[in-house]
Amino acid sequence: MKKLIQMTINDRAYEVAVEPNKTLADLIRYDLGLTGTKKGCDTGDCGACTVILNGDPVNSCLVLAVQADNAVIETIEGLSTDDGLHPLQQAFVEKGAIQCGFCTPGMILSAKNLLDKNPAPTEAEIREGISGNLCRCTGYQKIFEAIESTRS
Amino acid sequence: MKSYDVISTRANRIDTPDKATGKAVFVDDITLPGMLYGALLQSPHAHAKILSIDTSEAEKLPGVKAVITAKEAGQVKYGVSPARYDETVFAVDRVRYVGDEIAAVAATRLDIALEAVSRIQVEYEVLPAVFTVEDAVKDGAPQLHDEFKGNLCAEVHQEFGNVAEGLENSDIVITTEMKSKRQDGAFIEMQGCIAEYDNRGVLTLTSSTQVPHYVQRTVAMVLGMDVGKVRVKKPYVGAGFGIKAAANPMELACCMLARKTKKPVKMNFTREQVFMYGRARHRFHHTITTGAKKDGTLMALKHECWLDGGAYTSFGIATVYYTGSLLGGPYKLANMSYDGYRVYNNKPACGAQRGHGAVIARACFEQQLDMIAEKIGMDPLELRIKNMMETGDTTCNDLNMSSFGMAECIEAVRNGSDWDKKKGHMPPGKGIGMACGFFVSGAGYPIYRSDTFHGTVIVKLTEDGGTALVYTASAEIGQGSDTAFAMIAAEALGIPLENVRLASGDTDMGVDLGAYSSRQTLMTGHATKEAAENVRRQVLEVLAEQLNVAVEKMDIRNGFIEFDGDTPDFSTLRTRYIKEHRGWTDNPDSDKLTFKEASRIAFLERGSIVGTGKYKPHSLGGKFKGAAVGTSPAYGCSAQVAEVTVDMDTGQITIDKITDAHDCGKAINMTSVEGQMEGSISMGIGEAMHEEVIFDNQGRVLNDDLAEYKIVTTMDMPRVKTIVVESDEPNGPFGAKEVGEGAIMPTIPAILNAVYDAAGVRVYELPLTPERVFHAIQEYRERNKATA
Ligand code: FES
Ligand code: FES
Repeated sequence: MKKLIQMTINDRAYEVAVEPNKTLADLIRYDLGLTGTKKGCDTGDCGACTVILNGDPVNSCLVLAVQADNAVIETIEGLSTDDGLHPLQQAFVEKGAIQCGFCTPGMILSAKNLLDKNPAPTEAEIREGISGNLCRCTGYQKIFEAIESTRS
Repeated sequence: MKSYDVISTRANRIDTPDKATGKAVFVDDITLPGMLYGALLQSPHAHAKILSIDTSEAEKLPGVKAVITAKEAGQVKYGVSPARYDETVFAVDRVRYVGDEIAAVAATRLDIALEAVSRIQVEYEVLPAVFTVEDAVKDGAPQLHDEFKGNLCAEVHQEFGNVAEGLENSDIVITTEMKSKRQDGAFIEMQGCIAEYDNRGVLTLTSSTQVPHYVQRTVAMVLGMDVGKVRVKKPYVGAGFGIKAAANPMELACCMLARKTKKPVKMNFTREQVFMYGRARHRFHHTITTGAKKDGTLMALKHECWLDGGAYTSFGIATVYYTGSLLGGPYKLANMSYDGYRVYNNKPACGAQRGHGAVIARACFEQQLDMIAEKIGMDPLELRIKNMMETGDTTCNDLNMSSFGMAECIEAVRNGSDWDKKKGHMPPGKGIGMACGFFVSGAGYPIYRSDTFHGTVIVKLTEDGGTALVYTASAEIGQGSDTAFAMIAAEALGIPLENVRLASGDTDMGVDLGAYSSRQTLMTGHATKEAAENVRRQVLEVLAEQLNVAVEKMDIRNGFIEFDGDTPDFSTLRTRYIKEHRGWTDNPDSDKLTFKEASRIAFLERGSIVGTGKYKPHSLGGKFKGAAVGTSPAYGCSAQVAEVTVDMDTGQITIDKITDAHDCGKAINMTSVEGQMEGSISMGIGEAMHEEVIFDNQGRVLNDDLAEYKIVTTMDMPRVKTIVVESDEPNGPFGAKEVGEGAIMPTIPAILNAVYDAAGVRVYELPLTPERVFHAIQEYRERNKATA
């Protein structure tokens, strides 16, 4: 039995009928076509599917779409504006914090959440803040640098 | 020395704005109209005979469009090295590991495909299985492949110089062992693919692969199609590290399903299947004996290694050779012998992973260098300098170091880490250690025997003259190759990077062997440079005709034509150009003739300006069996210093800092070079500290997820200091060579040597779990008590 749910993603209202077992990640990616959200495991271990749900980062592969009824969601597609890249996105580009880029959307959203709540994190807080996001390519150095360069 | 405008900078990568915004398309981001979803039936048994397969219940399920097994797929053998094709897409009558493919289904929805898979009835006769090298080589052990008696997949026996004599003439002889564990690539994007079969009989496979070219050839061979009717492209790829460097059975099954249904079919591995498929770093067991003189001169190296290969060969033949050959350097060593054995057993096949074959051998050997240094009372860093090869040297196994900034790397880490102040002066529980390593800049020969070019590139100018288009079949998998080639093209043409567009990763664009053995910067880079220079020459030739100036008297730099001597009157050309652009807003007003004008005129005179480039290495290596493996037109090299803290009561190790210097020849993109160094180090730390694929006694992976298989996270990655050492590699484009794999070589031994410095214990088995280190400390204390 599909259930009708409503949500706001990146300031746009959606009304969709979803199967009760569909994950939020699958809904966002395959039904709504917002494929910037990645899936690296589907078991909550990698953080590639991170989105901001009602102000908090979640692994969207662990959230059922129906649980997100009436939620306000932010995905990577919502970050850049008409003026260009979000400062964090720009910093990731400029510092070379992106290699294959598969972890990047989740990484940037976790970093954004961190900076939204703590605009001047220490190195330890940065490490902690993105510790749920795995990156196999970069060794994290340039990710730290990118985040450090945007803290106030 | 020539100055450069584009290369050797920190240009932003051309692919990262799309990756930062979620626009970059990876294979699972693609949905095609009418697309079906495929799923695999894989063996639950590590070793079994297949008595029967009944697919009728699966076929009856509404939504199922095709079910295939070996009966239909045929029994074409494939693999990595043609000499050792030992796989079929689907098991014919026997499965050899948990995960061996038996059948595939395509259906309108993934859940239907999975349900159909569960309805396929297979009758097995379970056979005894073996899971370790030791068990597999025992008399009477179950045999995996009839042609390979004793489960011996491959053996190598080599001797260079006279090892017995070398050891006899040594003052110090040290023998140690080193055991590692099976790794997983743990790239964040699982393998996935989409196959389409069009009405003209052309098969297009879009796949998360490092090697479109080899996949194309394998698909064509296994499906019995012309290579020209098979197109393989890769979208953006979420890294591979070697595991995605060969065609996998899912890609082949997907192609078969698409051909059968005439519909696009998508398939993905789950994370569990990534582990089940394996193909990552082997488990190694080394025994090395090294001899040296009292003054530190290395005399001889005797090396034996057993590789736990898994059920099929995969890259294993190359691996078992690399394991031996890459100890030939970076030290002067006249006598070296190697006996390598790769053994089959009922686990997933192992293959190539970053630092192919050589990482654990180096971990073993570089520890011995420190032991020798300690015995003779020499600083281990000095011992390395004393024995270091120099530019122009050739190893005893015929690897030529055409550029070699190894000594500079050692000096760089000595200064960068404050080695002289720290070595021997660390407080208890803290230690410092170092190691060196080197790696190929591309394999000297293709995987199949051929005279093929290793890379071809096309550069074409747009008709307005503004932009150069670069087409290459090479594979950007995260390392930054697209950007490197765009930079090389821009530099060679003499135009700014923003005026270059690049498309890659498509077999329709040419031949490129792909992203493995750290080959692309040097090899594809050469082809790119040649193609761009060809275009540049054509533009200048037209200018020469038009302006009556010799080609040699002109240069292109930063998008402008520069003349040797007086600038000729080019007003006719400019007028002609402006007339062509009536109504445009960007007409040139500089007092220099622009590249844009020149190339528009060239188009008007000659039509499309297209240049091609190609590369293959010169003939490399010696004449002995296996001489090809380890050859390369150039070698990158690294030195690293690790600083660690060991908790003497728990055995817990913390890596405090890594200082790394790498000679990559001329750095095309400084930031990307550092990124490769940092990424290599993180993978090395993972292997040193926690990575291990664990199996149960039935051959099933126990930790098949990224929670229990522990790669390095932000919480355990130390700060890394990277120092790029540039040399001028004569065989590299603009002097460039590798960085992608050489940088992992010293990481593990540097850590091991630092642990010894901190705790006084040598550990000969990885990973360095607290238990293992704690036991070593206990033993050490017992020993000290006994001798006290
Ligand atoms: S896909 Fe959700 S955590 Fe990995
Ligand atoms: S950039 Fe590849 S996983 Fe992070």
